[in-house]
Amino acid sequence: MDSIIELIGVDKIYTVGSVETQVLFDINLSFEKGSCTSIIGTSGSGKSTLMHIMGTLDTPTAGSVVIDGQKTDGLDGNALAVLRNQTIGFVFQFHYLLPEFSAMENVLIPSMIKNRKVDRQTLDRADKLFDMMGLSAVKHYLITKMSGGQQQRTAIARALINNPKILLADEPTGNLDSENSDRICSIFRNINQEFGTTFIVVTHDTRVAEHTDRVITIKDGKIESDINRI
Amino acid sequence: MLSLKIALRFLTSNKLQTAFIILGISVAISVQIFVGLLIESLQISLVDSTMGNAPHITITSSRDDITIRRWEQLTAQLDRYNVVKAISASANGNAYAKKGSTIKPVLIRGFDFDSADRIYHISEGLYNGRINKSRNEILMGKDLAQDLELKPGDSVTISAPDGSNTTLKVTGFFDLGISSINKTWVVANRDVAQDMFGYGSRVTSIDITTNNLFYADVIANLFKIMLNDNDIRIENWKQLNQSLLRGLEGQRISSAMIQVVIIISVAIAIASILAITVLQKSRQIGILKAMGIKNRDVALIFLYQGFLLGIVGAIVGVGLALGLLQSFISFTTSDSGVPVVDVYIDYFLIIRSWIIAVLSATIAGLVPARNSLKLNPVDVIREG
Ligand SMILES: Nc1ncnc2c1ncn2[C@@H]1O[C@H](COP(=O)(O)OP(=O)(O)OP(=O)(O)O)[C@@H](O)[C@H]1O
Ligand SMILES: [Mg+2]
Repeated sequence: MDSIIELIGVDKIYTVGSVETQVLFDINLSFEKGSCTSIIGTSGSGKSTLMHIMGTLDTPTAGSVVIDGQKTDGLDGNALAVLRNQTIGFVFQFHYLLPEFSAMENVLIPSMIKNRKVDRQTLDRADKLFDMMGLSAVKHYLITKMSGGQQQRTAIARALINNPKILLADEPTGNLDSENSDRICSIFRNINQEFGTTFIVVTHDTRVAEHTDRVITIKDGKIESDINRI
Repeated sequence: MLSLKIALRFLTSNKLQTAFIILGISVAISVQIFVGLLIESLQISLVDSTMGNAPHITITSSRDDITIRRWEQLTAQLDRYNVVKAISASANGNAYAKKGSTIKPVLIRGFDFDSADRIYHISEGLYNGRINKSRNEILMGKDLAQDLELKPGDSVTISAPDGSNTTLKVTGFFDLGISSINKTWVVANRDVAQDMFGYGSRVTSIDITTNNLFYADVIANLFKIMLNDNDIRIENWKQLNQSLLRGLEGQRISSAMIQVVIIISVAIAIASILAITVLQKSRQIGILKAMGIKNRDVALIFLYQGFLLGIVGAIVGVGLALGLLQSFISFTTSDSGVPVVDVYIDYFLIIRSWIIAVLSATIAGLVPARNSLKLNPVDVIREG
């Protein structure tokens, strides 16, 4: 099968003042289209850094990232923005919705960035996503009027509105109780099956990892294990 | 469109802060417009009181006998130009007015009354008696009449420099608001004055008002070229009123400086407030960038905010300025209903100030727009 994301010899070194800290060491990874992978590891092991590099939010100090067959090193800010907007959906640990907007508006923003306007089809898709998330009743609420779990599910709906090939989630269940966390896992599975979206989930939560086909463990910036479970 | 929508939402979601910015902008703009209009009104009333009853251009003779020869042709020719609003040829001379034992030096102005009236507005200034109709009737300035203790209908003797005496009848008194005129002028019939001073059928000056006071010098120069006559001298009011002009210019510069200072402080205030909102909204901008918004559109969010704040602030500011002006007028109007300053509302000045305010607010938005470009989404997303 084709790979949708490929990391080739990725190093990441942070320089603070004159102190250099290497966070990632020669990471080589390949993710298949439509796969569902979890990345686990202790705090500070470099999981978020890795995810930001895969999502083109951060650049590797050495090595390269290939997304959907496209090398990202040479791309400028605008090209990367377009790539992120159309190919990648993000769900961050701290939901990161825009509090000034309603849930529906938040979900539509990536499509407005993409198409400048919102058409009927996009609205239908948004409605469908809210339905899947079990949020139909609250979709016109302001973000600040929603519970943490509802906000997290809204963030997932937003990540999916442009039907991205890749969904990158950094501890999407970190703040949630086990019931909500299970719910999000099953939503991920459904979407993975229905839209063929590639999932990469960074998590502390082993229960989340159990839902995925492949589990990568990171330790001190290196891949410690990479287990395919199917 | 997305940028505009986000800009609007950012502004409306923090209503108190937005209201304060708008208040700040509008107070500054209103002061700017108020000061601008007031200074302009003062200038207009100053020019009006100085030049309202005066010719803009005066033609005199450069010959020894101080008379202008071909004055009828000259006036007919000048009258044909569009820029000439009124033209009056007069026979003038210095003399003495005697009443009883009082003797006062006077300036005899021998007018064709109707054409002179269109320049000097004597009939408007007439406050006692009537206009001089027949040949031997005259009008006199207010102060001169008081000095000579005259009342309408009295006779007065005028002595010309050659010693000849003419007795004339005063039919009325005028007040033109200029003390040198009120003190010395005797308005007579042109042919009486011509006889009195021995000018024959000639005149000594041609007075002209133009349709643009401030171009009088240019027009005067044009006349010089067109008439090309060495026997005459053409002067305009600007040559004779250098100090007034300097005063006007000084006022204009100080008004402009006040306005520039206000605009700069408004721009700095908007720029710094918007720079703070970039910090306030850095989470939102980080997440928008992660979702793939282009840098240009992020910058536009802040330009739009500056622009919208400028538009609303400037509209409120114009309203405030007009309100200020209204209360200024009612405060300074005396009991008799005469305002201290005749306030002239210059819509061009208002529109110009409005546009400058909106432009500078938008330009002020450039500073936060630039800051927003530097914002790296990873930094925001890491912070949590
Ligand atoms: N901007 C930065 N400058 C310097 N060091 C950084 C920076 N960002 C991250 N680090 C360091 O890089 C290391 C990896 O951080 P990262 O956030 O990737 O870990 P993580 O595995 O996601 O941890 P957690 O599970 O706590 O989220 C940490 O030691 C962190 O201190
Ligand atoms: Mg992390």
